[in-house]
Amino acid sequence: MAHSEEVIIEAGHGAKNYWRDLWKNRELLLILSRRDLSVRYKQTIVGAGWAIVRPFATMLVMVFVFDKVAKFKGDEGIPYPLMVLAGITIWTFFSTTFTQISHSILLNSNLVTKTYFPRLIMPLSAVVVGFVDFIISIILYILIAVWYQHFPSWQIIFFPAFVSLTLAVSLAFGLFFAVMNVRFRDIAQLIPFIVQIGFYACPIAYSSSLVEANQGAWWYNLYYFNPMVSIIDGFKWCLLGNGAFFKVSSLYSTIGLIVIVLGISIYYFRKEENSFVDYI
Amino acid sequence: MEVIVAEDISKKYIIDHQKAARKNFTLRDTFSDKFKHFFGKGEEDEVEQEEFWALRDVNFSVNQGDRVGIIGHNGAGKSTLLKILSKITEPTSGRVTIKGRVASLLEVGTGFHPELTGRENIFLNGAILGMKRHEIKAAFDSIVDFAGVDKFLDTPVKRYSSGMYVRLGFAISAHLSPEILIIDEVLAVGDADFQKKCLGKMRDVSESGRTILFVSHNLAAVQSLCNRAFYFEHGRLKLQGDTTHVVNNYLSHVAKTTLEHTWKTPEEGPGTDEVRFRSIQVEPAYGDGKLYIDVTTPVKVHIEFWNMAERADLNLSLHLYAFTGECIFNVGTTSQPFDKGLVSATLDIPGNFLNDGSYVVSVMVVKDTSTVLYQLAEAVSFEVEDHREGVTWYGKWPGYVRPQFNFQISQSEVLV
Repeated sequence: MAHSEEVIIEAGHGAKNYWRDLWKNRELLLILSRRDLSVRYKQTIVGAGWAIVRPFATMLVMVFVFDKVAKFKGDEGIPYPLMVLAGITIWTFFSTTFTQISHSILLNSNLVTKTYFPRLIMPLSAVVVGFVDFIISIILYILIAVWYQHFPSWQIIFFPAFVSLTLAVSLAFGLFFAVMNVRFRDIAQLIPFIVQIGFYACPIAYSSSLVEANQGAWWYNLYYFNPMVSIIDGFKWCLLGNGAFFKVSSLYSTIGLIVIVLGISIYYFRKEENSFVDYI
Repeated sequence: MEVIVAEDISKKYIIDHQKAARKNFTLRDTFSDKFKHFFGKGEEDEVEQEEFWALRDVNFSVNQGDRVGIIGHNGAGKSTLLKILSKITEPTSGRVTIKGRVASLLEVGTGFHPELTGRENIFLNGAILGMKRHEIKAAFDSIVDFAGVDKFLDTPVKRYSSGMYVRLGFAISAHLSPEILIIDEVLAVGDADFQKKCLGKMRDVSESGRTILFVSHNLAAVQSLCNRAFYFEHGRLKLQGDTTHVVNNYLSHVAKTTLEHTWKTPEEGPGTDEVRFRSIQVEPAYGDGKLYIDVTTPVKVHIEFWNMAERADLNLSLHLYAFTGECIFNVGTTSQPFDKGLVSATLDIPGNFLNDGSYVVSVMVVKDTSTVLYQLAEAVSFEVEDHREGVTWYGKWPGYVRPQFNFQISQSEVLV
């Protein structure tokens, strides 16, 4: 019998062929993603329609509260509901993938205790659900955009870039939380809270131009420290055109932050993944 | 040719005694501990950390085509060894070199998703076990056939009976074609027919020249299947060699009597989120049973467990095994609804029933008469000793049981 491979198991040895193993297991990645997708809307009547209903309903509430009641001003020449919807769309993409990634190890604990594969497969496969919901909600955006006759211009070419940045942010923070979640179940309590706060701390119901009027305020830099702020601004700019407020320079610190956090997270994940089974 | 070489592998776990009661650590504990350290306080209630070596300096090698049985008590390190060999956890020190593709079966139907259909689960489970998509496709019909689930292929497995579920799980793993197969107690589930089928399949696998590592409490199965055996005790490889030799040595060494186990709090007791055992105790009607229980003495088995669910239909199922692994009997209580709290049960084994020998008791809690919530394997064990009066023959009485059925004899006619 031909011996295709020789494996050496010892403390801290896992690193050697890790990325090759990850690539070898790409079929597993696909099949786990497909599992999550097909399970997502089982035994529901509306099914994937939820990916449209939720952002649409949120948009209506936002429009009612902030546009009609509180009389918020959006950016000049941009329909307020459309601006809100663009924000909701990208924010929901972030919050879903971030949440799914953070829970990915715990949700697959039966696999962690019974089989081996590079554990990064789990958070990576968790991305798919949020991504498919995102694609569906983009369809909603297109419909509403046609209704308002407000179409994107050349900036739309940056669309993939902002989607990738969102993915990178959710991975950067999600991976870290996924590892913490294995040991500390507090994280499971914390995540919905972060998502809830983030919804108001990010320019979704309002435009960053309102923040720009407060340049001297102590929280001004803090506001832009949040990596999702510049991404949401950029995403809105890319869909809504030049009228939407977007401070390009804010993106630099965001990208820097993403690179650093992602690096730390992957390192932390790799360091801890072999002990998941002992704590789960 | 050597396909597995283990050099000095050890695995250490740290057990916090104070924290043992809590299963999941929370951030608060960590912070408050740090805080105490910072202020130099908290020495009095310092957690007592104990090192536990699940495996200690284990060395062995396995040749291609070897069928190795791994035996030993619960907690002797068998499962830890399999987890290391399967790369699920890594050793604290030492190294293992493995040549060839490994498949480990630590559970039947790993990763089955209840909402997915049988068909989808075959692909899912196959991929989890490391099969490529084309391999699963090629084996698909054969898997369905082996499991006998063709009518239910497009039914979610949550609607499967537990028998179908296990059959499908085993069928998939039986179609793996690894060079090295690692199996943990898979045979502990399923009925006798199914166990036979599994053993048969494993024999086929081994005859095709593949290497098998097989952990089991069923010594009879180990003896019939394996050509070599490893005997683990307290994390050390105590003896390796020819199966019969090792099994006999194991039988002569095992502490034969454990009459009682008690756990003070639900957190300490073995179990799951739904049920946790509190105690199990063997009580002979006469004597303390520490050395042995007389064959004529009735025995009571008391079991207590905490039901942690609000309301659940539960019953207990008790297996009595001979020390060699054969099941002598399986009795179950009726299934009843229980509220959150303590549940207790007592089984009466009459005197003059069990034969001379060593016995092991396993208990499981079953929900809705179909789902095994938790099995407490090898919970207690005891020794039954022969008692004879008015006989002149002292040979070993054959059979597993020695019931005193009504068996009359009389002189029906006198020849004059």
